[in-house]
Amino acid sequence: MPKRIVIIGGGAGGTITANLLARNLYRQLVSGHVVINMITDKAEHVYQPGFLYVVFDKVRPDEIVRKQKELLDQNINLFVDPAVKIDKENKIVRTQSGKEFPYDYLVIATGSRIVPEDIPGLKEGGHWFYDMEGAKKLRQALKDFPGGRIAITVGVPHKCPVAPLEMTFMLYEYFKQKEMLDKVELFYTYPINRLHSLEPVANWAVPEFEKKGIKSETFFNMEEIDAEKKVVRSMEGSELNYDLLISVPPHKGAPVVAESGLGKDGWIATDKKTLHNEGSDSVYVVGDTTNLPISKAGSTAHFESHIVAERISSEITEGYSETEYDGKVICFVETSFDEATYIWFNYKTPPTPVPPSKMIHWMKLGYNRLYWLSAKGIL
Amino acid sequence: MSVAVDNTIDARGSACPGPTMELIKAMKSSAVGTVVEVLSSDKMTTIDGAAWLKKVGQELVETSDKGGYWSIIAKKIK
Ligand SMILES: Cc1cc2nc3c(=O)[nH]c(=O)nc-3n(C[C@H](O)[C@H](O)[C@H](O)COP(=O)(O)OP(=O)(O)OC[C@H]3O[C@@H](n4cnc5c(N)ncnc54)[C@H](O)[C@@H]3O)c2cc1C
Repeated sequence: MPKRIVIIGGGAGGTITANLLARNLYRQLVSGHVVINMITDKAEHVYQPGFLYVVFDKVRPDEIVRKQKELLDQNINLFVDPAVKIDKENKIVRTQSGKEFPYDYLVIATGSRIVPEDIPGLKEGGHWFYDMEGAKKLRQALKDFPGGRIAITVGVPHKCPVAPLEMTFMLYEYFKQKEMLDKVELFYTYPINRLHSLEPVANWAVPEFEKKGIKSETFFNMEEIDAEKKVVRSMEGSELNYDLLISVPPHKGAPVVAESGLGKDGWIATDKKTLHNEGSDSVYVVGDTTNLPISKAGSTAHFESHIVAERISSEITEGYSETEYDGKVICFVETSFDEATYIWFNYKTPPTPVPPSKMIHWMKLGYNRLYWLSAKGIL
Repeated sequence: MSVAVDNTIDARGSACPGPTMELIKAMKSSAVGTVVEVLSSDKMTTIDGAAWLKKVGQELVETSDKGGYWSIIAKKIK
């Protein structure tokens, strides 16, 4: 009987994990001692950080989409058939078409999704750039924008914590290039009492905002949007008028997680070091869907994938695993259209940003193309 | 501790999104009556968290120094 590995979710974390496993366990796969089944819900794989560039016409939508089949090692079986039930007791995943996938090891990498419907009025009154449709709509709205106040609001929780700041700086550059800065007011808001979660990034942003005339309000959590009057009301009791609202809607995990009783709102209790679903040695969790208090980011998913692939491979071939996740996250931060900085941190080391430079911006642009090698488990 | 905690979030070592954001997330997604505790390795969480709870009219139950880390306990009252 082969060891059966099932991976749910063909995004960043699931794809990297699957490809690393296929490489580590190549011999076992070709000899039939191991089987890897990936269950995902879309035939296409989207590089989500690309949405930011789609908004500003820096990247065409089709440049950030690839066929999932082409990204996967040929020894991995791909099923485009959404998982509808994860039955941990019987170690089986059920899919929409009625198939059953028994497993010895399960990797859940179903990511996170935006839920604008959780904020009354946001769907009607707001724009966002966290999915392809939203990014394209916002691209058009910016082209048509005659001037006025652009409010940027951030829901909790959300993935890619640097994106709201990047969006703000890129908006500034966009209107500068269109020679419209005298007609546009940028108003940034943030849920906690500074401009960003990461204190050094927040401290760095303060003078940048001043220099650029970007206004801000902190401790601002969207409660409701009056789309007709164009007003955002915050939980903290303030009101913000806008002409164009760009928000990062709050997020939840995949419905299958909550529906299988694995975690409220789709967040799965995860051991911060082993990445096991707490209390279950055969189930691992990777990427945005963990409940870990760390950034929901592609880099997090990437580093976690290496740990999980290593652990499963070692358990199968050596009978034990010792590799542990140290909480490593790396994020590039675009500070304009031609400069960027980056931060890295882990559970023990706080971040220290480096001064923005053109070189780091080029690295980020390079990574946007190299991502496909990461997904393949090469980079 | 006078109140039984329903949900403890261990945000020690969390640089981003950080303990205050974890408190906001937990308070938003909890039912009225829930008592939430956030653990943090940064003392500022007790000050920032308390300030936010006051702004949104939620109850601060207590903050405490646990020796090397801090705890903030809040109750969702509305
Ligand atoms: C605008 C934007 C900018 C970003 N910028 C950055 C950045 O600069 N740096 C960075 O590190 N990260 C960035 N991110 C975040 C990054 O894209 C995510 O954190 C990363 O993709 C998470 O990987 P994941 O595998 O957990 O989830 P995903 O990549 O979202 O993959 C989850 C997969 O699971 C599938 N799935 C869901 N439910 C089911 C089901 N029931 N059955 C089967 N399959 C299912 C989904 O369709 C999806 O394919 C950005 C994101 C956005 C939106």
